[in-house]
Amino acid sequence: MMIRNVLLAMIAAPLALCSFSANAALRVLACEPEWGALAQELGGSLVDVSVATNALQDPHQIQAKPSLIARARNADLVVCTGAELEIGWLPVLLQQSGNAKVQPGQPGNFAAADYVRKLDVPTQLDRSQGDVHAAGNPHIQTDPRAIAQVATALGTRLQQVDPAHASQYAQRQADFMQRWQQAIARWTAQAAPLKGVPVVSQHKAFVYLYDWLGLKEVAVLEPKPGVEPTAGHLQQVLTALKDVPVRMVLYAAYQDPRSSEWLSKNAGIAAVKMPFTVGGTDGAKDLFSLFDDTIARLLAAGEKR
Amino acid sequence: MNKLLRASLALALVAPFGALADTQAEIDALRHEIDAMRAAYEARLQALEQRLKASEAAAATPTAPALTATPAASTATNAPIAPSAAVAPVVASSSRGANAFNPSISLILSGLYTRTSRDPANYAISGFPLSTDAETGPGTRGFSLAESELGFAASIDPWLRGAASIALHPDDTVSVEEAYIQTTSLGNGFALKAGRFFSGIGYLNPQHAHTWDFVDNPLAYQALLGTQYGDDGVRLTWLAPIDQYLELGAEVGRGRSRSFPGSDSGRNGAGMAALTAHTGGDIGDSHSWRAGVSVLRAKANEQSLIATNAAGEQVTNSFTGSTRVWVADAVWKWAPNGNPTRTNFKLQAEYLRSTRSGSLVHDGGSLVHDGGNVDGAAADYRAVQSGWYLQGVYQLMPRWRVGLRTERLNPGTPDYGLNAESFAGSAFRPRKNTVMVDFNPSEFSRLRLQVAQDRSREGLADNQLFLQYQTSLGAHGAHSY
Repeated sequence: MMIRNVLLAMIAAPLALCSFSANAALRVLACEPEWGALAQELGGSLVDVSVATNALQDPHQIQAKPSLIARARNADLVVCTGAELEIGWLPVLLQQSGNAKVQPGQPGNFAAADYVRKLDVPTQLDRSQGDVHAAGNPHIQTDPRAIAQVATALGTRLQQVDPAHASQYAQRQADFMQRWQQAIARWTAQAAPLKGVPVVSQHKAFVYLYDWLGLKEVAVLEPKPGVEPTAGHLQQVLTALKDVPVRMVLYAAYQDPRSSEWLSKNAGIAAVKMPFTVGGTDGAKDLFSLFDDTIARLLAAGEKR
Repeated sequence: MNKLLRASLALALVAPFGALADTQAEIDALRHEIDAMRAAYEARLQALEQRLKASEAAAATPTAPALTATPAASTATNAPIAPSAAVAPVVASSSRGANAFNPSISLILSGLYTRTSRDPANYAISGFPLSTDAETGPGTRGFSLAESELGFAASIDPWLRGAASIALHPDDTVSVEEAYIQTTSLGNGFALKAGRFFSGIGYLNPQHAHTWDFVDNPLAYQALLGTQYGDDGVRLTWLAPIDQYLELGAEVGRGRSRSFPGSDSGRNGAGMAALTAHTGGDIGDSHSWRAGVSVLRAKANEQSLIATNAAGEQVTNSFTGSTRVWVADAVWKWAPNGNPTRTNFKLQAEYLRSTRSGSLVHDGGSLVHDGGNVDGAAADYRAVQSGWYLQGVYQLMPRWRVGLRTERLNPGTPDYGLNAESFAGSAFRPRKNTVMVDFNPSEFSRLRLQVAQDRSREGLADNQLFLQYQTSLGAHGAHSY
């Protein structure tokens, strides 16, 4: 009896749903909020963006939960960071989605890190070094110049997967790029005082930001990438800081702030919560305010002393 | 390369004409033709070389952002970060040659120390006749290598993906746990899997041992599905095109002899068929769930079952018939804001109900029959048995998790037909309670302590202690929900 019902459902459901799928916008599934925001900037009302994770989640540690599988099933384009950031969950998500359009190698599968020059590429691959990424540091979204490169590639990709609206995408992209380049100029000028400032990071999450603004990372609280800070290692960092006049310790919104706060208290430096992505702080509402807030927080902490 | 190409082209063109080209004019014409072809090829090669150079340059220096006066300078000041950067994309893509296409390889290494108060050699689950092949109970006492597993996976071509996991058992035997190909390109939510794989029924059944939250699988799985149901066959799944997750699956399989409750039937048709339906979703950012119902039907032909007769002796019966197993499963996960890094909780429960009907040939042991059925003759057999477990695992701080599991089995009142008087009915219901603590230094390693009181044997409580390590080497596995 139940088997028969299941079979009936199997036949009836696709028939019932055929009628819905005709005229919808291009469905984009972004793995992280920054790419969701970028797709929204570039696609406007032509795209229907859904984001798989929020700013308070660690993008390394997401599970291929049912809601995400359902969304991958229905996506026309999946926009992720790549560079192995999502290696623990995205492959399963795509395999279980039964969606041919978004499989690796298809136009519907976009990996942002493919279009950016990566930093921290390990010369030696061994897990004794912690959770290292063979392709390099994947946290590219902390540098707006990298976002500009991704925007160029993503704009082209949107035109490719939705050729009917190619001219509109091109127009939106040109408009975004102009506003973005102006904003980069503004941020770069605002952040000039930060150049050469020595800082500590909780996770190696900001190398692109440092590369852009010229901040100097003198220590990392995680003894190895992805390994929780230990009391012993924190003590070592504290001792090392006696010789270097560090101004601040940076942690991402999704991280447990306790180790940064401990260092802040014991070394007498500012602990700065970075939005890291769109939605990480109240101020970081979209891509532009993400960097407005990032720079403002860094400047505030830099001036405290 | 270029020369070789030219020479072979010339040879290929000249050779067949050799006999015919007897006049000077023809030879000249041929020479001109070859020259023209050579020129054309060289032009194309040059064009290709130029394109290659251009794309290499583009990859090495990505489109320079317009309004950044400082990037070069700031890169220079950050000497420790900069140097390796530009090399990256090139290293990743070239230089690995033929090995670049090797499948990703992972190795699970696991070891176990077991201490039990009862001898595991005569482990049994009272009221549940188990196959002679069944891997049930706590295994061996003392130190042992737990199951190690070698996994391979890669794309086969743009349409297929393949994966295999080879289990290396502590007794120096090797078995193929899974070996299947899977479509990636059917689209419309369909996926087809063929080969040997764990059935998609229930929640725990498709999961590999190294992803379990406890050392062993629940009693209900051990008693009703031979610990884990895997078979050779085909599985088709379809994911509904709606926002709510809804996956339907259908399987047919051989019904291998190692796949309790099935056994090889020697028929052309399928010995096993299963249907699965799962749905799930999120409740806010912090909660997610999945639930489902599955049914599996397997045929058995002269399946040897170890049972206990009315005299308390172990006897081997032979069952021929079919078994239907219903599985209802549900899992709920909680993590604050959906970030499980610091704390998270997972609650899962499954209910299994098995109906076996067919005939049983029984070995009467020392029992003397007054009339009724005699040894070696078949008699009707029908048994409805069920079991459930409920477990919760809580990560109380990074790296540390604790778990509790409680489980019950109900052997029902099997109808032995004419064999009835050889088997004594008992109202005994096996049960077990388990506590575990695990420590995860990284996502690739785990140390686990598990203590259980296993009351599977009527009247005998078995206190079990396990100390286990589990590690994962090589390719970073991605786990399902």
